[in-house]
Amino acid sequence: MEISVTVNGTAHSHDVEPRTLLVHYIREQVGLTGTNIGCDTSSCGACTIHLDGQSVKSCTVLAVQADGADITTIEGLATDGELHPMQQAFMENHGLQCGYCTPGMVMAAIGLLDENPSPTEQEVRIGLEGNLCRCTGYHNIVKAVLAAASA
Amino acid sequence: MIPAAFDYVRAGSAEEAVELIGQHGEEAKFLAGGHSLLPLMRLRLAQPSVLVDIGRISDLSYIRDAGDHVAIGALTRHSEIEHSDVLAQHVPLLAHAASQVGDPQVRHRGTIGGSLAHADPASDLPATTLALGATYVAQGPGGTREIAAADFFESFLMSTLAADELLTEIRVPKMDGAGWSFQKFNRRAQDWAIVGVAAWRRNGAAGVGLVNMASTPVLATSVASALAGGASIADAAEQAAAEADPTADLNASVEYRIHLAKVLTRRALEAASA
Amino acid sequence: MTVTDSPTTTGGVLGQRLLRKEDPALLTGEAKFTADLAIPGALHLALVRSPHAHANITSIDTSAAAAMPGVVAVYTGADLMDAWGAPMPCAWPVTEDMKNPPHYPLATESAKYVGDGVAAVLATNDTAARDAVEAVDVTWEPLEAVVDLEDSLADRVVIHPDLGTNRSYTWDLKVEAEEGAVDRAFADAAFTVSERYVQQRLIPMAMEPRAVAAVPQPFGGDITLYSATQIPHILKVMSALTLGIPEHQVRVVAPAVGGGFGSKLNVYAEELLCMALARKHAVPVRWNETRSENAQATIQGRGQIQHIELAADADGKVVAMRVRLLADMGAYLQLVAPGIPLLGAFLYAGVYDLPQAYDFSCTAVFTTLTPTDAYRGAGRPEATYAIERAMDALAAEIGVDPLELRRRNYIQADAYPYTAFTGLVYDSANHPQGADIAADLADYAGVRQRQTSQNVNGATKRLGIGVSSYFEMCGLAPSRVLASLAYSAGGWEAATVRVLPTSKVQVVTGSTPHGQGHETAWSMIVAHKLGVSPDDVDVLHSDTAISPLGMDTYGSRSLPVGGVAVAMACDKVIDKAAQIAAHQLEADVADLDFAGGAFTVKGSPDRSMPLAAIAFEAFTAHNLPDGLEPNLEAQVSYDPPNFSWPFGTHMCVVEVDVETGDVEVLKYVAVDDCGVQVNPLIVEGQVHGGVIQGLAQALYEEAVYDSEGNLKTSTLAEYMVPAASDVPPVTMGHSVTPSPTNSLGVKGVGEAGTIGAAPAVINAIVDALSGLGVRDVPMPASPFTVWKVINEARAGGSSDATDAAGTEVGDHEGVTARTTVGGGGDESTANEENGSTS
Repeated sequence: MEISVTVNGTAHSHDVEPRTLLVHYIREQVGLTGTNIGCDTSSCGACTIHLDGQSVKSCTVLAVQADGADITTIEGLATDGELHPMQQAFMENHGLQCGYCTPGMVMAAIGLLDENPSPTEQEVRIGLEGNLCRCTGYHNIVKAVLAAASA
Repeated sequence: MIPAAFDYVRAGSAEEAVELIGQHGEEAKFLAGGHSLLPLMRLRLAQPSVLVDIGRISDLSYIRDAGDHVAIGALTRHSEIEHSDVLAQHVPLLAHAASQVGDPQVRHRGTIGGSLAHADPASDLPATTLALGATYVAQGPGGTREIAAADFFESFLMSTLAADELLTEIRVPKMDGAGWSFQKFNRRAQDWAIVGVAAWRRNGAAGVGLVNMASTPVLATSVASALAGGASIADAAEQAAAEADPTADLNASVEYRIHLAKVLTRRALEAASA
Repeated sequence: MTVTDSPTTTGGVLGQRLLRKEDPALLTGEAKFTADLAIPGALHLALVRSPHAHANITSIDTSAAAAMPGVVAVYTGADLMDAWGAPMPCAWPVTEDMKNPPHYPLATESAKYVGDGVAAVLATNDTAARDAVEAVDVTWEPLEAVVDLEDSLADRVVIHPDLGTNRSYTWDLKVEAEEGAVDRAFADAAFTVSERYVQQRLIPMAMEPRAVAAVPQPFGGDITLYSATQIPHILKVMSALTLGIPEHQVRVVAPAVGGGFGSKLNVYAEELLCMALARKHAVPVRWNETRSENAQATIQGRGQIQHIELAADADGKVVAMRVRLLADMGAYLQLVAPGIPLLGAFLYAGVYDLPQAYDFSCTAVFTTLTPTDAYRGAGRPEATYAIERAMDALAAEIGVDPLELRRRNYIQADAYPYTAFTGLVYDSANHPQGADIAADLADYAGVRQRQTSQNVNGATKRLGIGVSSYFEMCGLAPSRVLASLAYSAGGWEAATVRVLPTSKVQVVTGSTPHGQGHETAWSMIVAHKLGVSPDDVDVLHSDTAISPLGMDTYGSRSLPVGGVAVAMACDKVIDKAAQIAAHQLEADVADLDFAGGAFTVKGSPDRSMPLAAIAFEAFTAHNLPDGLEPNLEAQVSYDPPNFSWPFGTHMCVVEVDVETGDVEVLKYVAVDDCGVQVNPLIVEGQVHGGVIQGLAQALYEEAVYDSEGNLKTSTLAEYMVPAASDVPPVTMGHSVTPSPTNSLGVKGVGEAGTIGAAPAVINAIVDALSGLGVRDVPMPASPFTVWKVINEARAGGSSDATDAAGTEVGDHEGVTARTTVGGGGDESTANEENGSTS
């Protein structure tokens, strides 16, 4: 069926099969491959995007469910060649290594601060419970989010 | 992995949803937030032929003060319950339990109605609403009916909802001034509980619901009775598994679950009495 | 000529916390992983995988699948047998009589593990391919699964009938000063311990599942393989051999790679199938792994049963050691699987001064489970776990504090370089110093003090502290050592450094990054050597057309081998530049100084020439010394003279809830020494991640199989990779003991955290519970497992627990009074925790 979405400020309309997952739609039809797929079970969070301003796992949303929605992906954060403050904080605190979980982690972290602008370290850790990273041990991710909160 | 193919229809209202599910028969399923159903479909463990999307029925998403109870629309998302001022004031146990469901992204999409209708004994909200003595409202082809939470859960992933009935509202009695605690015991924060206990106490009355302690969520009536009969918390908590019939899995044996239920019930009651 | 590198401390680039060059592309979604590549016209591969751990294939009916929309072709294993020039490679035949069953990308007669591929579907898109997989009708004759190592060894069911046995090899290493030394030492020992540990199977779970795309050039026969691999260079050679294609026609590219941890250090069926089918159909063929496939069809790690025995003298000095390993190879031998347990063979004595009294033997067996191979640390975490757990067992046996026992056994700082009992020379270390730093950071004495008041009768939460000291043995490896271990390749690394006409520097490295930050670190090394800005250095890698020589990234080898090669190439560039500078400045090379990126004639500061000018001269070649070739570049293949030996001490403080079995890590201290740190930011990141992976083995992760060989943890919902919410921060300390074996003084660090962590965590848990009679806790120490262990100890059910109750009597030497069980035996154990079980 035909759906219309806004992705990073640009309107898109496409015909999609009902079973198309939003993450596949974004990657294959919109052509934005920054959002990654890491699991089958909504466990890893690599596919986290913002759907109407809230962090969601785009592997567990059908594209047809997102019809009419405003979507932000990792590609929509940096403007005019400047990294988003959260991206900058991840860089400055070495909050990424291989970078595969990073787009989802950054989107989840921005969502976390949207809801709790001044979190404690424990609140950051709990707030990122839905995102898995295999490289960093989370230490510097947590540091980055705390740095972004106080920036 | 991609789900098997299915047809997709959208309902604009509860009535339409009921009509559509009636038209499409046994293999059709309601799709709300999709956070119980879609993971099963992605692993192709569920292959419904039709999904009736009820996610756009905007008048089923609300949290209202309704006098002696709080009325919650079935499509209200976990995150809205978690952050509701009305619930924080009148039923903080439910708001807290909702904050323990899955992870933030899951709570942004998952709905209370979807969680209850899925009837997963390992989910947090079925046992919590059971402990709270909630009433669920269902709409079918012949109109609406109320179902007490205690009468709702039938067997594993099965409720007394008819195939063509849609859960529309959850009514939770106000618990102003009650002590409460939600003890969720798991290995990782995002996981389902190995065992969970939702408990409240007020003026000698108590309610205790158990997560993942049987094929359905469990109302631990023996604990409440023991407390009402004057038993100490420690003695009452020993009754925690009286109504339970847990199974073993990778994370627990039957004996360990029963043991955890007792320990966590004791801790929950102590916290609820503090 | 005097060459002065940029200073390594203040002002110089080495040792700076430079932010990573790699990050902007990864942070903005610009980086392209293999699955992100747009490849027009590519067909999608999906595999029909065995649902049985062990079954004969009676028949395969592909007709229904072949008729489905979008399906281009369906192949069985038999259909493709003529595509293979050789079976899939195992490059490490550790013994001459090692049994290695032929292993093809698709099984033909029988499947040997759940997930073994038996048919391949090609379709115009991934969805169509996966739909068609479900329509392939395989008739199976199920056979008995073999999931237990000791059962496998008994040959009750022989998995590969042609081999006649499930035993792949037995490899021995006995080192005795004189014959019978080990047996005599045990007979004469004041104390002995005999321990059995199980290294559970782990699933590496790199966040990026594997992905492959093979792009053929139908006219001419060239083929490019894009793969999420750690080893493009090895993969190029191996895929050419397996497919029977001339090696020069194969190009392998590893785009952005989302973590490996050893799991992408292999030659996989899907890579070979994509190549074979791309050639057959003359179109690109790609495959993207799902997470569930990743759990079953990508290699797993660990999987060993370890028996370790220590003999100690009256002072607690370890005088002899016996080790017996039973190692799980899984269904087939993957690329380097046989060698993995043997990498640990040299580390069972840990950081301790063991005399020549060592008796090691490893037997490897097949099971009907996913093949195993290298997983972060690869044999060395297993060895370190065994010795560090056994040291705690010995401390308990003697009644001495575990840290004190380690101090008595450490190889002392002045003994370095130290020739070990095996003949290997450990380059440099200072274990007592690392232990002191860790003990300070963890407040070791304070925790011991708090235990006396906290771990009392009836306490719900018991406090424990665990220590582990380790060597990493990294930088694989001196090629001659590899030859002695029968490894089929060398351990060198290649680097090219090229100063471009505009003085920008291009580095070509054979190391292959997948998260480690090579581009940043290599730029810093070049900046350090050549006096340029790191921003002016470009690092090229991971494409065999650009970097034709390389041995890739694993075994913490990049910096001590590949990074040193870069530094050596810089030296050669400086040597050549000096000839040009001498020529143009009309001076002798011997009279030149090189510092800060410029050559100066000694004593004449005004007679100077910057590298930039020399690069341009080398490019124009208008005025070069006679016989000197144009261009300023140098290539090096560096074979390290020794392993590098990072070391450290980790400490973990836990509180165990004895009612629920829940373990809370209160503090984790990692004190590591990897020699000179090129970029401390990156070093710390490697340690953080490694520690949490090791801690995850200790507390969370296990590939659980049922008796039929079905993987019960095939998704990330069941396989417990922990999240931020589930792990502690890491308190870091470090010391710097430069390696004397290379000019940079560097050692590797990639695996250190993982090696140190698991024993520190388990030692802490056992320490917390020792007063209850607990002597060991298996990994992963889940709440359920800990609860069971406590119950068994209380019931006196296990002989181990009863023994422990006896040996716990008395205070640990040098530490004030600890909770003890009392006179030993079950009664006092039970009394202590009066009635809190139900």
